[in-house]
Amino acid sequence: MGAVAAETAPLLEMRSISKTYPGVTALSRVDFSVMPGEVHALVGENGAGKSTLMKILAGADAKDAGRILIGGSEVHIDSPQEAMRLGVSIIYQEFNLVPYMNAAENIFLGREPAGAVPGVIDFRKMYADAEAIIAELGVALDVRAPINTLSVAQQQMVEIAKATSRKSRIIAMDEPSATLTEHELENLFALIRRLKAEGVSIIYISHRLEEIFEIADRVTVLRDGELVATKNITDTDRDDIIKMMVGRELCPTLMRESTASPAEQASAASVGKGEIAIEVVGLNRAGVLRDISFCVRRGEILGIAGLVGAGRTEVARAIFGADPIDSGEIRIYGKPVKIRSPRHAISLGIGLVPEDRKALGLVLGMAVRENISLANLGVLSRLGFVSRRREREVARKFVEDIMIKTPSVEQAVQNLSGGTQQKVVLAKWLFTESKVLIFDEPTRGIDVGAKAEIHQLMNRLAENGVAVIMISSELPEVLAMSDRILVMHEGEIAGELSREEATQERIMHLATGGQ
Amino acid sequence: MLQADRRMRKSPVPTGGMVGQLVYFGYMLVFLAGLCVFFQIMTGRFVSAENFSNVLRQISVTTIIGVGMTIVIISAGIDLSVGAILALAGVLSTAVIMRGFPMPFPYPSDSAMTPSWPLPASLPLAVVVAGAVGGICGVHNAIPIVKLRVPPFIATLAMFSLARGFALIYVGGGQVGNLPEGFTSMVGEGYVMPIVALSTVVIGYVLLSWTRFGRAVYAIGGNEQAARLSGVNVARVKFWVYVICGMLAGIAGLLLAGRIGAGDPKSGMGYELNAIAAVVVGGTSLMGGVGTIPGTLLGAVIIGSLDTGLGLMGINWFVQMVVKGYVILIAVILDQMKKR
Repeated sequence: MGAVAAETAPLLEMRSISKTYPGVTALSRVDFSVMPGEVHALVGENGAGKSTLMKILAGADAKDAGRILIGGSEVHIDSPQEAMRLGVSIIYQEFNLVPYMNAAENIFLGREPAGAVPGVIDFRKMYADAEAIIAELGVALDVRAPINTLSVAQQQMVEIAKATSRKSRIIAMDEPSATLTEHELENLFALIRRLKAEGVSIIYISHRLEEIFEIADRVTVLRDGELVATKNITDTDRDDIIKMMVGRELCPTLMRESTASPAEQASAASVGKGEIAIEVVGLNRAGVLRDISFCVRRGEILGIAGLVGAGRTEVARAIFGADPIDSGEIRIYGKPVKIRSPRHAISLGIGLVPEDRKALGLVLGMAVRENISLANLGVLSRLGFVSRRREREVARKFVEDIMIKTPSVEQAVQNLSGGTQQKVVLAKWLFTESKVLIFDEPTRGIDVGAKAEIHQLMNRLAENGVAVIMISSELPEVLAMSDRILVMHEGEIAGELSREEATQERIMHLATGGQ
Repeated sequence: MLQADRRMRKSPVPTGGMVGQLVYFGYMLVFLAGLCVFFQIMTGRFVSAENFSNVLRQISVTTIIGVGMTIVIISAGIDLSVGAILALAGVLSTAVIMRGFPMPFPYPSDSAMTPSWPLPASLPLAVVVAGAVGGICGVHNAIPIVKLRVPPFIATLAMFSLARGFALIYVGGGQVGNLPEGFTSMVGEGYVMPIVALSTVVIGYVLLSWTRFGRAVYAIGGNEQAARLSGVNVARVKFWVYVICGMLAGIAGLLLAGRIGAGDPKSGMGYELNAIAAVVVGGTSLMGGVGTIPGTLLGAVIIGSLDTGLGLMGINWFVQMVVKGYVILIAVILDQMKKR
C-alpha cells in the first residue's frame, strides 16, 4: 500500500510550517504531505505539535511561516470556512455538534437546503439528504434523533457525515478511537476504508499504535514541534515508532512486581500493606449501579475494566461523594462512613483523578501552583490567609519530583500539554496525601512517555501503602498494572479476576455479558 | 533531552494571564491620562482639587458596589439587584436616623419631621441596619441560586423588583426626607465616602487575593466542577459571595442617601449596570474566573471621569450616555484582544 505514496502527486503538502506560542515553539519547519486516498497517521507525544499542525490546516490557528499546497497550488487558509471550502474537514476529539439539534440539522448546520419561500428550510429535503448521506456511510442512525441522545460513536458518525456531505477531500481525525469500544472501532475502520476507496484522504491522529498498523498507509512522527520522519507503515514497527516519538529507548512494557522478596514483604508490612483500606458493600443507585461490593487493601492496585457505560466512572463518583447513592455501605479502614460530598471524601483521605481532566480535574485558567494546592489549601493557610511562599515551594517540589514540564509554577495549566496537565492533577492528590486514590482513565489521550511515568507513579504510590483503584478501557494497561481486576457490565460486577487468571479475552468475555 | 530542555527553558513571560492583565491595565491608565489631558484642555478646570474631590465622591458608590459585583462576577455569577438593594437599604437606614431603632412601619409621612434620636446614637445603628438589610437581600438571592440552582441572572432579577417594591411600600411612595444636616454634610462634603470606598477596595483585594475564600471564588468561576471535586465547598462560598455583594450595596445605600439628602426608594436606578460596567472596563471577565478589584477601581475612575468631564464641558447627559456606551464596548474589545 505504501507504493501509492511513491507514484501520484500529493493532494496536500504542508511545507516548512512554523508556529510559536508565547514561551513555546510549537512547530519548527515541519513538512507534511498526504496522497489522495491515503490514510496517513500522525503520531507524537503530547505537546509534539500534532494538534497545532491540524489547527493550522483547519484554519483554526495561523501559522508563522511556511506554505500549504492543495492539489499542487498554494492556498491561504485563514479561517475554518476557507478550509472547508478547500475540502478540508477536521474532526476534533471534542465534537462540534449542537447537542439539542438532531443529526440532520447538525449535518446541514449553516447551509440548510432552502425551500420555496426564501429563508425557510426545506425540512423534507434536508432529512432525505441526511438519510442518503448516512446510508452511504453504511451506518445505522436515526437522523431525527437529537445529538444528546446518541452514543459517542454515533456522534462521531454524524461528524464524519458532516465532513463527507461537504465533499471533503481531506478529513483529519484527532484521537477518533479514544472513547470507542472495540466493536465501534471496527465500524470506524470499515468506514475509513470505504472513504479511502472513494479517494478521500484521512489524517489519523492516535496514541494507540496498534490501530495505526491496522489502518494507516504511512506514518509521520513529530517530536517537540519538529518532524522526526515520515515512513511507509510497512517499513516500520511499533518499537521503531515509539523510539522516534520519545527519542529514547523505553523498557518494553512496564510490569508490576508481583513476586516480592522476603525483605520487600517485610517493608510492605511496615507500611501496613495488606490492611483493608476501603470496603464497599452492596452499593446501589437506581438505574446506574447494582449491588457493587469490593475491597481494596493498602498497597494494592485494583483494576476496574468494562466497556464504556458499564458504570465504572459511576462507582468512582459514588465512592468520592460526587453522586448520591440509594443504599450500600462504604467502610474506610473498617469504619463505616456516609460520604456526603467530595469535600467529605477528601477529608477521609480519598482522592479522585477524574476521567475528563479538563472539565473535572483542573481549573484551566489557574496557575500550576494554584491547581496543585486547591484540594489542600488548609495546610497552607493560617486564619484563612494563604501563604503564597509556602504554596510556591510545594508546587516547585512537585514540579521537580514528578517532572511536570512547565516553564514555571505560575504558568496557566491551559497552556500545558495533556500529559503534563494530568501530572498536575496527580500532584494535587499527592499533596493531599490520599490514602485511597481512584484513577479514572489515567492515561487516556496521553503520550507514551508520560504514560510510563504515570504508571511508575501509581506503582510508587502502591508501594508506599496507598490503596489504588484504576479504571481503564485499555486492556494492556489493566493487565499490566492491576493486582486484581474487577470487570463491570451494565452497572454490575460481572466478575473478579486475579492477576494470574486475567487475560484480554477473559476480561472482554465478562465485559460483554458472558458468564 | 536537548529538545525537552528547550521546551522547558525559562520563558520570559511568567504567566500569560497576568501579563495580559498588566498590559491591559497599562492601556487603561494611558486612556485615563489621555482623558484627563483632553478634559483639562477643553474645560481648563478638570485637573483641580475641587473637581478631584467631586470625582472621588461621584465614583465612591460605584466602587463600593463594584467590589461586591467583582466578587460575584469572578465566581461566574451576576447580581442585577444591587441598585434596588441600595434603595431599600437607603430608605430603611435613613428611617433609623429619623425615628430611631426599631423604625416604625410603614414610615409616617410628615414633611415637618425632625429626628427623634440624636445622630451619634442613631448613626451606628443605621450603618448596621443598612448592612443587615443588604445582607438579608443577599441571602434571599443566594438561597435559590445555591439550593435550587436558579440562574443568578433570574434570582437577582427577582430581587431587582422585590427590593425596590419593598422600599416603595415602606415609604408609601414618598421618601425619608429632612435628614439631619450633620449627616448629609458629613457624607456629602467630607471624605467619608472615598474613605469607605477605598477601604472596601483594600479589603476586597485582600479577600480575593490572599485568602482561601478568594481562591475558592476564582476556582468556582474558572471551573465549578473541578472546584467541587477538589473539595471546595461551592455552596457555602457562593452563598457568601451574594451576601457580601448585598451588604456592600446596603452600605452604599446609606451613603447615597446622605449624598442626595434623602432615603429615596427611586434612587440607585441603573446602578447595577454602572457597577457591571466598572467591573468589565476593569478587565474582569463576565465568564468568571478572571478579574481583579484594583481593575474595578480603575474602571470606576474612568467612568466617573468621563461623566464629570463631559458634564464640565456642558455636554448634556444624553450624549454622555452614548459616549459611556462606546467606552464600555471598546474596553471589552481590548479585553478580548489581550486573549489572542
